[in-house]
Amino acid sequence: MTLEVESREPIIADDGRTAERLVVNVGPSHPSTHGVGRFIVTLDADVVTDVVPVIGYLHRGIEKMAENRTYLQVVPLTDRLDYVGSMYANWAYCRAVERLAGIRVPERAEYLRVIVCELQRIASHMMGMGASGADTGAFTMFIYAFDVRERVIELFESLCGARLTYNYVRPGGVSRDTPVGWTDAVLAFTSGVRKSLSDMDNLFFGNTIARGRLKGIGVLSAEDAVAWGASGPTARASNVNWDLRKHDPYSVYPRFEFDVVVGERGDAYDRGRVKLLECYESAKIIEQAIAQMPGGIVHTDGLPRLIAPAPGDAYDHIESARGSLGVYLVSDGGPRPYRMKVRSPAFCNLALLPQLAVGHTLSDLVVVLGSLDPVFGEVDR
Amino acid sequence: MNHEELRARLAEMSPVLSPLFSLEFGDAVIGVGRDSLLDTARELRDLGFDRLGMVTAVDRVEFFVMVYRLQSRSLSTAIFVKTKVPRDDTRVASLCEIWPAANWQEREVFDLFGITFDGHPDLRRIMLPDDFEGHPLRKDYDNPNVIRRPDYI
Repeated sequence: MTLEVESREPIIADDGRTAERLVVNVGPSHPSTHGVGRFIVTLDADVVTDVVPVIGYLHRGIEKMAENRTYLQVVPLTDRLDYVGSMYANWAYCRAVERLAGIRVPERAEYLRVIVCELQRIASHMMGMGASGADTGAFTMFIYAFDVRERVIELFESLCGARLTYNYVRPGGVSRDTPVGWTDAVLAFTSGVRKSLSDMDNLFFGNTIARGRLKGIGVLSAEDAVAWGASGPTARASNVNWDLRKHDPYSVYPRFEFDVVVGERGDAYDRGRVKLLECYESAKIIEQAIAQMPGGIVHTDGLPRLIAPAPGDAYDHIESARGSLGVYLVSDGGPRPYRMKVRSPAFCNLALLPQLAVGHTLSDLVVVLGSLDPVFGEVDR
Repeated sequence: MNHEELRARLAEMSPVLSPLFSLEFGDAVIGVGRDSLLDTARELRDLGFDRLGMVTAVDRVEFFVMVYRLQSRSLSTAIFVKTKVPRDDTRVASLCEIWPAANWQEREVFDLFGITFDGHPDLRRIMLPDDFEGHPLRKDYDNPNVIRRPDYI
């Protein structure tokens, strides 16, 4: 892209010293950009005065590809949106298809969807917090977080055979029932994860260095969070009590007892810690779901492979690890979607980066970006 | 708040918006003309729709439809606003001054559909390179490098 930047404009300080504004190109391929994001940063000494995010390096045109595939064939594409939390995009897409075509889902499948998505939330938040740790030099945090994440991924591997792109939630249910002993393995995981979470809380969020690096960095006010369409932990850290599981309840979520975690200050520290505390709530939901889960089929019987919904449109959304993930589908009566739009929370949250990072140093820009936790597969689609 | 309560609230609060209200496939929809989009959006914001969730467009071949999804935390409901944009004059008012959330989402629609947003502070391509030709999500987009799947269904 072309940018007209006056990079050699001298800055004259009050005491008459002059300096030059420096334009630094961060990314697109750099560990601290959490994917292939590029940021054109203007610096005054070490202070960021302007950030221009340049996205689209991972744009695969998934919305266009969906127009050439049948409704069932789109499900694997949605895996590739948020590749840190594939279950969410699977589910959001399937909910939209089910609403469009009027497909009913067996109750056991709804419970399985809740369980895998809450497991996914833990795995995804581990990635987000671990990366925040690695960004600030606390690499131990990264290792601890990936230990927990690995345990979740092993559970998914035994459930559906895949470690990253699950293709598990399908229109009308889920692809297969649990293997023998799977729910016990999940319960063993949730009972063990609390210890790991409290270890991480002490190790990272109780650490003086991490607190010094994260507190007061990238403060987002509640008004801005709402106006800019922020959602998920990014909005909740700014004391915006907005969680679709609670405030626009879908699936079987009304049957579970859990709290919505909100922060107070809306800085990078709160955005990180809200993620950690949400993992405790996810563990609570998983245990209740396993206790309540009925038997029965996990996929609607007699659903044809070619779904051709009546002309119309449908929007449905779920609370993903990054915020409200919505899918808008338009049908013209044919076997393929006429139009699919993914309302991506990471995309909307990333739009906040310029205003959050300005005034901080370049190393804090990395912290702010990590706290927004963007996954560029979902940003670029 | 369900759709009937929302309909009643609109009838009570806003004589302009209430005749535009309809239910399409179970969703509350307000269909407006292109010229009154900005006024409608302002009125809905004042009614309590504080979040702009989604901005997108649908290519209906003869025209485009702009689709906005608004959410209200205080009313705990959501509403769609839809407006038609003719194909030979693809301009529509930008909602950035009401909800800054529109900024990137309108850039995306501009990039992929070629719809221009009047009053947008920074209307540039966002996903595709600046020198990209055409707007891929239009139904008439054609590119010799794209091999279409055979139509076997």
